[in-house]
Amino acid sequence: MKAVKAIRTPGGLSVRVDPRAALVVLLLLAAALAVAVVLVGSGDFPMAPGEVVATLLGDGTAAQEFIVRDVRLPRVLVALLVGAALAVGGALFQSISRNPLGSPDVLGFAQGSSVGALVVIVLFRGDSLATAGGAMAGGLATGAAVYLLAWKRGVHGYRLVLVGIGIAAMLAGAIHYLVTKADLVDATRAVVWMTGSLDGRDWSHFWPLLAVCAVLIPLSLLYGRPLRMLEMGDDAAYALGIGVERTRAVLMGSAVLLTAVATAAAGPIVFVALSAPQLARRLTRSPGPNVAASAVMGAVLLVVADLVATSAFGDRRLPVGVVTGVLGGVYLLWLLVTERKAGRI
Amino acid sequence: MLVDSPPEQSADPKAAVSAPEPVRRHALRAAGLLLAVGVLALVCVASIAIGAKPVPVDDVWHGLFQNSGTGNDVVIRDLRVPRTVLGLLAGVALGLSGAVMQALTRNPLAEPGLLGVNAGASAAVVTAISFFGVTSISEYVWFAFLGAGVVSVGVYLLGGSRGATPVRLALAGTAATAALFGYVNAVQLLDSAALDRLRFWTVGSLASADPATIGKVAPFIAAGVVLALLIARPLNAMEMGDDTARALGAHINRTRALAMAAVTLLCGAATAACGPIVFIGLMVPHLVRAVTGPDMRWILPYAAVLSPVLLLGSDVVGRMVARPSELQVGVVTAFIGGPVFIHLVRRKRMAQL
Repeated sequence: MKAVKAIRTPGGLSVRVDPRAALVVLLLLAAALAVAVVLVGSGDFPMAPGEVVATLLGDGTAAQEFIVRDVRLPRVLVALLVGAALAVGGALFQSISRNPLGSPDVLGFAQGSSVGALVVIVLFRGDSLATAGGAMAGGLATGAAVYLLAWKRGVHGYRLVLVGIGIAAMLAGAIHYLVTKADLVDATRAVVWMTGSLDGRDWSHFWPLLAVCAVLIPLSLLYGRPLRMLEMGDDAAYALGIGVERTRAVLMGSAVLLTAVATAAAGPIVFVALSAPQLARRLTRSPGPNVAASAVMGAVLLVVADLVATSAFGDRRLPVGVVTGVLGGVYLLWLLVTERKAGRI
Repeated sequence: MLVDSPPEQSADPKAAVSAPEPVRRHALRAAGLLLAVGVLALVCVASIAIGAKPVPVDDVWHGLFQNSGTGNDVVIRDLRVPRTVLGLLAGVALGLSGAVMQALTRNPLAEPGLLGVNAGASAAVVTAISFFGVTSISEYVWFAFLGAGVVSVGVYLLGGSRGATPVRLALAGTAATAALFGYVNAVQLLDSAALDRLRFWTVGSLASADPATIGKVAPFIAAGVVLALLIARPLNAMEMGDDTARALGAHINRTRALAMAAVTLLCGAATAACGPIVFIGLMVPHLVRAVTGPDMRWILPYAAVLSPVLLLGSDVVGRMVARPSELQVGVVTAFIGGPVFIHLVRRKRMAQL
């Protein structure tokens, strides 16, 4: 058995800390921040990591101050939060549906957000803020629809996944139709949006994202233990005194909101939600949703992907979603091979 | 976990009551199949007669059998008939490949889309258009076919060789889909001419049907149909699990290889010709199983007849609701298939899968 330490406060609150998980979270956090600094320093006006840190601490030149504060820092912070939000959303969904495929991409939220955004782009020619609003509305409506349609004396894992796949396929039809209705300029804009991009993200994208994450990620952490009980099955969870449907509704709501707000900020970036929780689980070697480790893992994945997308192809700066898609797919293939060797799947 | 639940007995209450009489059940199923063929014939006529320009049924016969060059004759012979034939072929191919995939993987979610076959075809077509300057469908058919084949075999080997489990297979398909669509997006973003062509192909449509395309894909589909029907019996045995199937004398690996070949031929050809059309391969076998029970020897013929009914019916609906333009058949099948699928998921005890 592994060592799990319980920390008890005088107020009667107790927190169980797994040393390995805590170490993983700290290391990943350090990695995310390090890559973020490199990312802030890269671009047409390159800066050494030391200069970036100095500028952040207030010791930069006026030009450096402008580049960092107004242009690159908000983009990188949006990347960190979007990665974390997508990963936590994915961890909650996978845990609730008890299925490694039960991620928002599979369940149709990405498609719902895309339809919302495309309606704004193609039918109303809205600006980027209106597009984000449309994406949010589309994602939330899809989340509500999937939950209600999957409801039948409680929401059960596989029914949720199946209903989500049905909805996702319908929405994909709507997406393709909207893309054929658009003229080529709007269609290009729509494809860029649907790929997931961080280009041009500024502070106005960051603050709403921060507000949502600051409330919902801690909430998800608090519900981590009941969710772990829930993974043992509804009956066992009832017997252990968990309010099964309430826990599930709160966590589903959080997951949907986190996914929707991340998608509104950066488009439907694929695979972070699917792969970050799986990677986190392997690093911490602990069961359950691993909310904290998933969050920092998601942040790391997204900043690394953005670094690759913006610097690895010379002058052609690709949207970050292209890289997460390809890297994520390759990662999952690798996972399948190693899992088979270990005999776990 | 994803293993299909023991499929329900015949949904017909009379058949259930007289279940001990296999002869009577066979007769009922055969009658049902004949009925389905009749419905298919009606849908084909509707597909030829209904469109942006309505053609009276008399003129339909005239156009089909005594081409004298009137406006209606030209519409029928050059547009409606190829379109209907293509719909028929693609429907048969998608329905059979879905049924075979679901049996092979024992996975009710198995579908060309989920297992990455559509993505493979799309990636190959993008490559053809963007890097090799291919412009006509009858040329990029080959690329789509190759892409679909490579991906379906690859996904199956990766997810399935040596003890396939449904979860592994689904994960392998998801991974391939994500990686390939990432590539497709990247190429489309760097090359807007490719985007302009592909956005019409990826929606799934029968509108671009022409005799050359049909001639290219028909032999592949025919071969796939024969192959699929030949392996119905060993697939039945494999539904009971590998050990039981082996005990019953089924050649498991040979059957798997043949099934993969059938799926590749059918999906590759259909996707190449029409673009990725969702839901036919997923939905029709589910519907059919509720009527015929678990026997693949009945599921396959039923799926082969009812899938084109659904595809052509959807195409007709798409031409009627959005006059004078049209709704592509891929959009219509998604919107007809989605609610039906969700109803099935809710009605059956899918949670136990």
